Amino acid sequence: MTYTNAEIWLIILILGVLTFVIRFSFLGLIGDRTLPPVVLRLLRYTPVAVLPAMVAPLAVWPDATGGAVDPVRLLAAAATLTVGVWRRDVIQAILAGGITFYTGLILTGQLG
Amino acid sequence: MATSTEKSAYLRGLIDGAPFLIMAVPFAVVFGVVAADAGLQLGQTIGFSLLVIAGASQFASLQMMLEDASIVLVLAAGLAVNLRMAMYSAALVPHLGKAPIWQRAVVSYLNFDQSYMMSILEYERRPQMRVPDKVHYFLGVASLIAPVWVIATAVGALVGAQIPEAYALDFVVPIMFLAMVAPMLRSLAHVGAAFVSALLGLALAGLPSGMGLIVAAVCAMMVGAAIEVWMERRA
Repeated sequence: MTYTNAEIWLIILILGVLTFVIRFSFLGLIGDRTLPPVVLRLLRYTPVAVLPAMVAPLAVWPDATGGAVDPVRLLAAAATLTVGVWRRDVIQAILAGGITFYTGLILTGQLG
Repeated sequence: MATSTEKSAYLRGLIDGAPFLIMAVPFAVVFGVVAADAGLQLGQTIGFSLLVIAGASQFASLQMMLEDASIVLVLAAGLAVNLRMAMYSAALVPHLGKAPIWQRAVVSYLNFDQSYMMSILEYERRPQMRVPDKVHYFLGVASLIAPVWVIATAVGALVGAQIPEAYALDFVVPIMFLAMVAPMLRSLAHVGAAFVSALLGLALAGLPSGMGLIVAAVCAMMVGAAIEVWMERRA
């Protein structure tokens, strides 16, 4: 990370203020006006549209291995996803991924 | 002075919100650990949780910072994940639109997934609730989670500074993201959007940090919306 302290504070402040603006948008500013259905439709998919694009390269080409595909990390990603879809529970998914990851690291001698 | 119904609405909210601590605490601790590991100062890490209070957004912007993306793209990633909150804000208008502006401001600051979802559920369950009761219920749900979120972040940051490099914390963030996304894959449209997002995220990984992400996210949103329209027409 190469940001100055001032830049990091700037990021935090702007993110905080603009997040508040999003949260305050209708309740405080726009009021009782319905959103066009097409906008509602797009908004519904923002989290599932952003997060996978962020995570896929991290899982397939991890920095820690210099960008080489790592079976342990792929397996841990698959375990997290599978348990998350199956159990519909964030905590169980994290546990599945975490246990798979660290077990894999120990078995392949990458940890310890 | 608070009337008894206001107080009981607040208490009900407090009780209904308590189970979410099971999820909020580990999330916030992990955010603190990763942020400290990335080199953020204690005050900055706490400031993040205090000002943004949104797990996915905090992790998304932190990840962009780890990749040394430009400030604009760091903000874009963090804000894109929060756009859904405009939807929450709109959905609260019929219930809280008549509350005083300062109360609506406080509710907005505290409007995150858990407080929103619990409150909307409660408002639908008790349609006779008065506006002040609705506000108090909302604040009840949020008033346990929000401070604990900030404190747990600080604890994580203090612990994180002590964790040696060998513990491979690099993969904590991907696991958190995957764990957040997986339960959202409720419909074909969600799965389609996530699939396109991941595929384009990989295909465009060569672009400068964050650029590929934005393109992938916009395409994935459109695919999700298009599948939804198509499913509705078929039904």
